[in-house]
Amino acid sequence: MTTAALPDTHPPNPKSYWKRNQQRLAPWLFLAPGIAMFVLYVIAPIFQSISISFYAWDGLGEAEYIGIANYVELMDDEDFYTSLKNNVIWLVLYMLALPAGLFVALFLNQTVRGIRIYKSLFFFPFVISQVVVGLVFSWFYDPSFGLFNIVTGWFGADPIAILADERYVTYGIIAAGLWPQTAYCMILYLTGLNAVDPEQIEAARLDNAKGFKMLWYVVLPQLKPATFIAVVVTVIGALRSFDLISIMTDGGPYGTSSVLAFYMYEQAFSEYGFRMGYGAAIAVVLFAIMMIYIAFFLWKMYRDERGG
Amino acid sequence: MFPKPIEKTSSGAQLAYKIALPLVLILWLLPLIAVAVTSVRSGGDITAGNYWGWPTSFNFIENYTAIFTNTPIGQYILNSFKVTIPTVIGAVALSCMTGFALGVYRFRGNLLLFFMFVAGNFIPFQILMVPVRDLTLDLGMYNTIHGLALFHIAFQTGFCTLFMRNFIRALPQELIEAARVEGVSEIQIFWYVVLPLMKPAIAALSVLIFTFIWNDYFWATVLTQGADTQPITAGLYSLNGQWVAQWHLVSAGSIVAALPPVLMFFAMQRHFIAGLTLGAVK
Repeated sequence: MTTAALPDTHPPNPKSYWKRNQQRLAPWLFLAPGIAMFVLYVIAPIFQSISISFYAWDGLGEAEYIGIANYVELMDDEDFYTSLKNNVIWLVLYMLALPAGLFVALFLNQTVRGIRIYKSLFFFPFVISQVVVGLVFSWFYDPSFGLFNIVTGWFGADPIAILADERYVTYGIIAAGLWPQTAYCMILYLTGLNAVDPEQIEAARLDNAKGFKMLWYVVLPQLKPATFIAVVVTVIGALRSFDLISIMTDGGPYGTSSVLAFYMYEQAFSEYGFRMGYGAAIAVVLFAIMMIYIAFFLWKMYRDERGG
Repeated sequence: MFPKPIEKTSSGAQLAYKIALPLVLILWLLPLIAVAVTSVRSGGDITAGNYWGWPTSFNFIENYTAIFTNTPIGQYILNSFKVTIPTVIGAVALSCMTGFALGVYRFRGNLLLFFMFVAGNFIPFQILMVPVRDLTLDLGMYNTIHGLALFHIAFQTGFCTLFMRNFIRALPQELIEAARVEGVSEIQIFWYVVLPLMKPAIAALSVLIFTFIWNDYFWATVLTQGADTQPITAGLYSLNGQWVAQWHLVSAGSIVAALPPVLMFFAMQRHFIAGLTLGAVK
């Protein structure tokens, strides 16, 4: 009680423990709630999932330790390979969002009247939920009246039920996903283009560089930070793809449009019964794939931190 | 500037550009335009197969009243707000503190903790799904709005910490040093010196998190069920099952679901884009 009043009478020396150590203690005080929440809901569950993947568990009864049996089963699971293959297709095709986004950004990088409104309207697809995007595109692909078949019909093609055809279904969903993802990449590139050094452009112009040459040798190198972020968010977006698949096809037909994220969900809670352990094993595989990218990102961040 | 400013090109090219701009936009937004038009069509149009032609009548009020009176869409929207607003406040508050701690102080483990938040934010949701669902069940918060919001707060803290910490790093550190010399306590520095400077970051994160959480579908299906607690994304999906072939209602529902984040984006555009493009410019 009395010590609290002391600092006023004897300024520097006999301060409270808090006052003497506050620079050391303060960060932990500020970090405590955030760390507690993050560890409870994000960090600990990762390890729990890894451990659950060694059990057979329906989510309610006793979990039974079965070692690596879930992983062994995965090796022979055709649906797992289908999902994995689709993940690879997603990863590859999702990258189209980068050139597409760059293309739209270049198209919009002008200063005509009203261009700001155009830019925001182009960004629209990213702001709305993937549930809405999924519903809209399912409707577009409808074989009897969908716009897609009307347009292909003009060219004499027979109607195709994209979402019911195992040959096309994954591509159809990816096309829907590319719409918002392209908008995201476009915004990243528009911001990047704003920061491109005009003097370098002028200098290159004097050297007669233009068009594609200018883009490739002068502009793109300056867009490297934007490209890096675009790659990161696109890879993560591709590997996280779940909403569109769940909305548009529910993994069908016969699981042919499934990806790991969806297959995991389906195994863990579905009409086939709750296979939490098996689902966790699939999640661990997905996590391992994603860790490659996360590690790469962190490594780059670490280098930047040391450098700057 | 690249590409070449359009003002410096021939008048033909300028004209072509001005014509191309709205055309490309219409093509780009065609799915949304179609949905908006369909949302005011009559049910008769839909049964007659008039999906793409001019609507025979404009049933704006009928369709939108119908979805609010015949379905729990109002409740779904309310649930979305009840999950989204506390999440925005919680995640921004937590990350102001973590960002401050990681951005201002030098201590052992600083970078490691920072990387923990960054890495956690990129993780696939599926690795968290089973344990988080169990945790929420154990806490007695399965199928509640708080249960869903609590998880969102924790998870979004990862991304928000990355953002806040980098933002604080870019502030002039002399301000903090000067306050220390004056004998201002660390908590007061946070509250009176740093927090007022964070307003742009807080605004940027608030709109972003609002949009992310509003649009979340995965966790809504994992942690909630039924119209009492489910947010609009999950609600829209279940309504879609009931509205078989009633595309005018599906469309109206989609528009209603998309509206809040869209309005938010238009009101706070600059902040929104600043948040998304973090790190895209060096």
